[in-house]
Amino acid sequence: MNLFCVGLSHHTANVETRERFAGGAGAESSLRKTGCVEALVLATCNRVEVYGASEKRVSTDEIAHCLLQNREVSDRGHSEALPFYRYEAEQCVQHLFRVASGLDSMVVGETEILGQTKKAYQFARTSGAVGPCLHRLFQRAFRVAKQVRTHTEITRGSVSVGSVAVDLAQKIFGELGGCSVLILGAGETSERTARVLISRGVTDLRVSNRSNDRAQELAQRVGGKSVQFDQWPQQCSKIDILITSTSSEAPLLYPANLGPLLANRIDRPLFIIDIAVPRDVDPAVNEMEGVYLYDIDALRSVAEQSLAVRRQQIASAEAIIAEHVADFVEKISRELSRASRITEHPPVADSSLRATQL
Amino acid sequence: MDRGLLIISTICFLAAVARTGVALRAGVFRPGGFNFLAIGLGFVFQTAFLSIRGHALGRCPLTNLFEVFIFLAWSVALIYMLVGPTYRLSLMGAFTAPLVVLLQGFALTAPIDVRHSVKMPANSALEFHASVSLIAYGTFALACIAGVMYLLQERQLKTHHLHSIFYHLPPLTDLFAAITRLLWCGFILYTIGIVSGFFTGRPLPRIQVVAAVGVWLLYAAILQGRYLRRIGPKRVAALCIIGFSAALTLLWGITFSAQTHSVP
Repeated sequence: MNLFCVGLSHHTANVETRERFAGGAGAESSLRKTGCVEALVLATCNRVEVYGASEKRVSTDEIAHCLLQNREVSDRGHSEALPFYRYEAEQCVQHLFRVASGLDSMVVGETEILGQTKKAYQFARTSGAVGPCLHRLFQRAFRVAKQVRTHTEITRGSVSVGSVAVDLAQKIFGELGGCSVLILGAGETSERTARVLISRGVTDLRVSNRSNDRAQELAQRVGGKSVQFDQWPQQCSKIDILITSTSSEAPLLYPANLGPLLANRIDRPLFIIDIAVPRDVDPAVNEMEGVYLYDIDALRSVAEQSLAVRRQQIASAEAIIAEHVADFVEKISRELSRASRITEHPPVADSSLRATQL
Repeated sequence: MDRGLLIISTICFLAAVARTGVALRAGVFRPGGFNFLAIGLGFVFQTAFLSIRGHALGRCPLTNLFEVFIFLAWSVALIYMLVGPTYRLSLMGAFTAPLVVLLQGFALTAPIDVRHSVKMPANSALEFHASVSLIAYGTFALACIAGVMYLLQERQLKTHHLHSIFYHLPPLTDLFAAITRLLWCGFILYTIGIVSGFFTGRPLPRIQVVAAVGVWLLYAAILQGRYLRRIGPKRVAALCIIGFSAALTLLWGITFSAQTHSVP
């Protein structure tokens, strides 16, 4: 049985190309007609891959053809020039383990791909396209991904500015459900950050802007309430998180005007996210007790630190994967060899065959 | 034989410390079952040691500085087992284990396990006073550990340099809640310990009473400052470390003077 993977990803093709080959509901049945005994299509925004098991070799063109057939018949002619990659046997196993573990993702260590892989597997299994070979391969891939996540720091920290801000807020306050947030300046980035905070449980949201109409608009969009711009400093004594992104040329907040506002909340921290350029908050504010100030550079730096740590962890993750690949290949070879003996076929445990057959 | 149990116990705690150290060096700190298992085993051996020693003495094993240190280490592990789960057990264990290793390591290596030639009669009131006070010290030790965790977390948040351990520390507000609860718990136990000291039927050395009341006042001031919102969380955390250092010094002084006068 040949085990293979044919596909294209963000490494090899742009989004338009990936879209054209994103497969369709009937891709797996078309693949079976080409000779695939088992087939699974993994289609995400960053990759389109076909994992298959067949008795005879199914060419890359045939597979590309199947994927296209289910989207646009008129595009058939383009398939030959497309940057498909192909992995066979052991390499295919390794590739899937890397994909499921997030090592092949655009953002190394992202965990969404595991969910997408599980969903693709579930879909293919329900439709009967997955047999014992792919079943075992994918079950092992899920195990490997879990082990990689548990034993390395590949998924550690956030790598986008918005998520970093929200993660930090959670490190300060724990549950965000009881936190009050003030958005100063109705900019796009503020809105994005506010939305992430809402998704993590924040319900008390206040918006203030020089133009009260814009403040009201944003407040309406995010389900908060607007505050007059001349009243926002007083809000600092009541809120937990302040997101600022005004276009003010001079700092709006500095120790001299913030100090008196915090006098009565000594045991309650204040987290300030200053995403304005030029900055709205004087950096000296970070020296005040209980105040944690992060400007756009600080947030980026945290994101980069996380990304750097994730990259450092690649070697450890690869080692775990290599161990599993070797073990998986050996087990499958042993079983095939046993099956061959039973059916009086020549054994396939020979090392020269193992490289191409599983 | 009983010292053997203590050595095994120390090795268990040391294993937790080593594991944490290696993980931190590799930048992949991840609290897991190993630390919990190692500390749990260490606690079992500690308990076995204290039980055997207690049976041999026919009283609570608090007759010399060695036993006091071991009882204190046991109290720290006990309180950690009780409160740890609420505040990420395995991580707090990473901080607790080094303190226990330090206490037990010192007790085992220093020549302080002095046996009294005359078997001392059991005094239940004195034993109650000593054991409750030591459990209070154990609670203060945990508050001190939570304080260290708070300051570590706070420092990283302020400087924007987040180490691997940062991602496994509990949120600042949760840590501060833990510190406050531990302080209250320790303070109540310590108050009971001090008050019960007056009912032991023995004259209390004035210097010990003054020092004990001094430590009590220090913790009362921390709690009062916290209650009146005069002291910020960072200072409360720092004061927990200072308070425990003072309590440990006092404990040393009390036990040392009791040993030199050989009238426990």
